[in-house]
Amino acid sequence: MDSLISITGDGFILSAADTTSARSIVVMKHDLDKIVAIDNNKMISIAGDSGDAVAFSQLVRANVQLNELQSGITMSTSGVANFTRNILATSLRQRPYEVQVLLAGVDPQAGPALYFLDYLGTCHPVKYGAHGYANYFVLATLDRYWKPGMDLEAVKEVMRACIREIQLRLLINQPQFKFKIVDENGVREIEV
Amino acid sequence: MTDILSYNGGTIVAMAGDRCVAIASDRRLGVQYTTIATDMTRVFKMHDRLLLGLTGLATDLTTLRNLFNFRLNLYKMREGRLIKPKTFANLVSSTLYAKRFGPYFCEPVIAGLDDEGNPFLCAMDLLGASSNDDSFVVCGTSAESLLGTCETFYQPGLGPDDLFETISQCLLSALDRDCLSGWGAEVYILTPSGITHKTLKARMD
Repeated sequence: MDSLISITGDGFILSAADTTSARSIVVMKHDLDKIVAIDNNKMISIAGDSGDAVAFSQLVRANVQLNELQSGITMSTSGVANFTRNILATSLRQRPYEVQVLLAGVDPQAGPALYFLDYLGTCHPVKYGAHGYANYFVLATLDRYWKPGMDLEAVKEVMRACIREIQLRLLINQPQFKFKIVDENGVREIEV
Repeated sequence: MTDILSYNGGTIVAMAGDRCVAIASDRRLGVQYTTIATDMTRVFKMHDRLLLGLTGLATDLTTLRNLFNFRLNLYKMREGRLIKPKTFANLVSSTLYAKRFGPYFCEPVIAGLDDEGNPFLCAMDLLGASSNDDSFVVCGTSAESLLGTCETFYQPGLGPDDLFETISQCLLSALDRDCLSGWGAEVYILTPSGITHKTLKARMD
């Protein structure tokens, strides 16, 4: 089961995803990237069934970029969140995408926005969020240590505490995580 | 998934007073026993004299809210006036029943004032079976508790302030005993002069 964590900071959002790709008891890949940049200032972390996750991330990215080319305007993060939610909600009763999503984006005026979406089409803006088994382990740590307007070092410290918790207490071994940050300069990979 | 209607949690109660109505909801959004957010809005203003509260599955809640906003905008364009609460209740009921064999997992509560300023309350199940009441209606995970508290504390003909007190106490007592609803409450009081919105701090768990 994939772990996704995202934390909002002062003008940026830091996301983490474990890099294991497994099915049943077999680990197939150790360096899978589950965080996809959908345009210059938005990224989407997707967990769940591996086929659906890749197909869904490509669907969202392609449609967002098409929309931006056609209209000439960059979509806002809330626009992308609602668009993504609509895909999940309409396909729920036909051919459901078994994906859990954390959508992170930094809009020029509005600042950072993080959305928690699940496979049913639930969509809610949050300050920090987690999916998968990480949900059960890190939310309490984040409730305790997160404050609004934290700088990058402080958020990295909290993220390290969360990862430590998962690696210590989760039965499944998740040795490696990939970290990406989105801020006004764009989406890039980062060391934590 | 054991019970779809209690997957995300949520409770709503609405009460009628003397030329006013109050509708109150909790603020928890959960995924079964994990709490994801504590600032979820379940009550939506349809127009100045009509409030719609939705409990049940959060995705269907969002879908239905968007659908009813769309339908009401069309209604307003065509008819040139605001929809009456009774008519809106029928609209909601028929929308839900249209999906009889693959329903929206949502149980709405409608609270409004008709043209003369008389209160209108209506609660429905997920298939659109409506029950109108002059006193109070409840929906959600702590509906049974709420029926008890409302039955005890409700009196007919309360003014807006007393109604606010009564509905708040009923909801807070019921939320105290329910793990799937809680994390605060929002109360809307609807009078002919406008809508007041208050947020309550409840037992935060």
